[in-house]
Amino acid sequence: MSKPHDYQTKAIILSKTRLAEADRIITFFTPEHGKIAAVAKGVRRPNSRMSGHLEVLDYSHLNLARGHNLDIITGAQTLDSFLPLREDLTRGAYGLYAAEIVNQFAMENLENRELFDLFLKTLERLSYQDNLEIATYYFELHLLKEVGFKPEFKECLSCHRRLGEEESVFNFKSGGTLCAHCAQGKPWSFPLSFGALKVLRMLQDDDYEQVKGLKLEPVTHEIEGALRNYFYYLLEKDIKSASWLDKVKKMP
Amino acid sequence: MEKQASPVERLIQELSKLPGIGPKSAQRIAYHLLRAPAEQVNGLALAITNLREKTHLCPECFNITDGDLCNICSSEKRDKGLICVVEQPQDITVISRLGSYNGLFHVLHGAISPTEGIGTSNLKIDELIKRLERSPVREVIIATNPTMEGEQTALYLKKIISPLGIKVTRLARGLPFGTELEYADNATLTHAIEGRAEF
Repeated sequence: MSKPHDYQTKAIILSKTRLAEADRIITFFTPEHGKIAAVAKGVRRPNSRMSGHLEVLDYSHLNLARGHNLDIITGAQTLDSFLPLREDLTRGAYGLYAAEIVNQFAMENLENRELFDLFLKTLERLSYQDNLEIATYYFELHLLKEVGFKPEFKECLSCHRRLGEEESVFNFKSGGTLCAHCAQGKPWSFPLSFGALKVLRMLQDDDYEQVKGLKLEPVTHEIEGALRNYFYYLLEKDIKSASWLDKVKKMP
Repeated sequence: MEKQASPVERLIQELSKLPGIGPKSAQRIAYHLLRAPAEQVNGLALAITNLREKTHLCPECFNITDGDLCNICSSEKRDKGLICVVEQPQDITVISRLGSYNGLFHVLHGAISPTEGIGTSNLKIDELIKRLERSPVREVIIATNPTMEGEQTALYLKKIISPLGIKVTRLARGLPFGTELEYADNATLTHAIEGRAEF
């Protein structure tokens, strides 16, 4: 049976590019169809009925018609526009960073409801809560799980010894921790203190409500470094908006 | 298939690189030019050559100009205490057309777009700050687009300009003329209600 000509979906807008005189190609993430790129006609004109509902980080209800090449967005209605992400420089920079990571990891036309729910919850946290760093690390670790790259932090992946107080390394190639002995000479290794390892385990295993009050200092830089480098290893490129996020975080 | 004469083919190739022009349109334009009067075609060729050779960026506001300073920066009639910051030179044309704005401009040549790797160093932001430090400006109007990128740029500019003691304002956001309330998005409607004015 052929697919229906029209369909509806909830979506979070990830990015947009200009097309022709007044159109855009909008890339968005949906619970049922994964990532989709579709054409929105006329949305660069000021009196477009859809443009305000298709801005990056909008959570919207979309109507689409199947096209030969790209689908066409025929209607859009905002469900939540996460105003704090637009009105606060730091929150906005975190939001864009999260959107870029989803854009990089999400597969086209592949259902991933767990990742959608995680992303939506993260945008809510980044909009209305104060612990933006924890919300972001929590999001990054759980995103890795949902896209099949969940790192192992409990034991050494080589000798299966449970890791304790001694320093261990996060070996990207193995997808998790190795003890100092097994890690010798292995490239793509990022050293982790026991403190950082404990925080990573908690962020990965516990509910957000339990970890949101965690004190990250003094291991913040280790966690950030470990995750950023792991992303670089997996994607073979940097997350572009990370440098903007770093710059904004340093601003008074 | 017969191959087209190479100058025609070449022009079609070049025209196809332009935004919004596909191979069919390019072919139509090329054959139109082939039949058009010589002076019209030469005029077009000269206009294209001059576009690059005789224009540069105004050293003050970074608008496109063919003089030392652009005609807005060199005008004596303009209010030099007011600078409107826009993303693109085209935005100056749109605001100037109104006739109601009499201040100066500053063109950023883009907006901060973290996901595309466009940061502050790719835009004329340092130049804006230097300009504000050396001239007696009392108000900066931020007229970046009401998009995520435009908002990030506006918020960043506010943060770095405010310490200079200069008033920073942002273009009001509300409902465009000719639309219906029913189709307004939450962000616009929220701003329209918050920014309502007595009449």
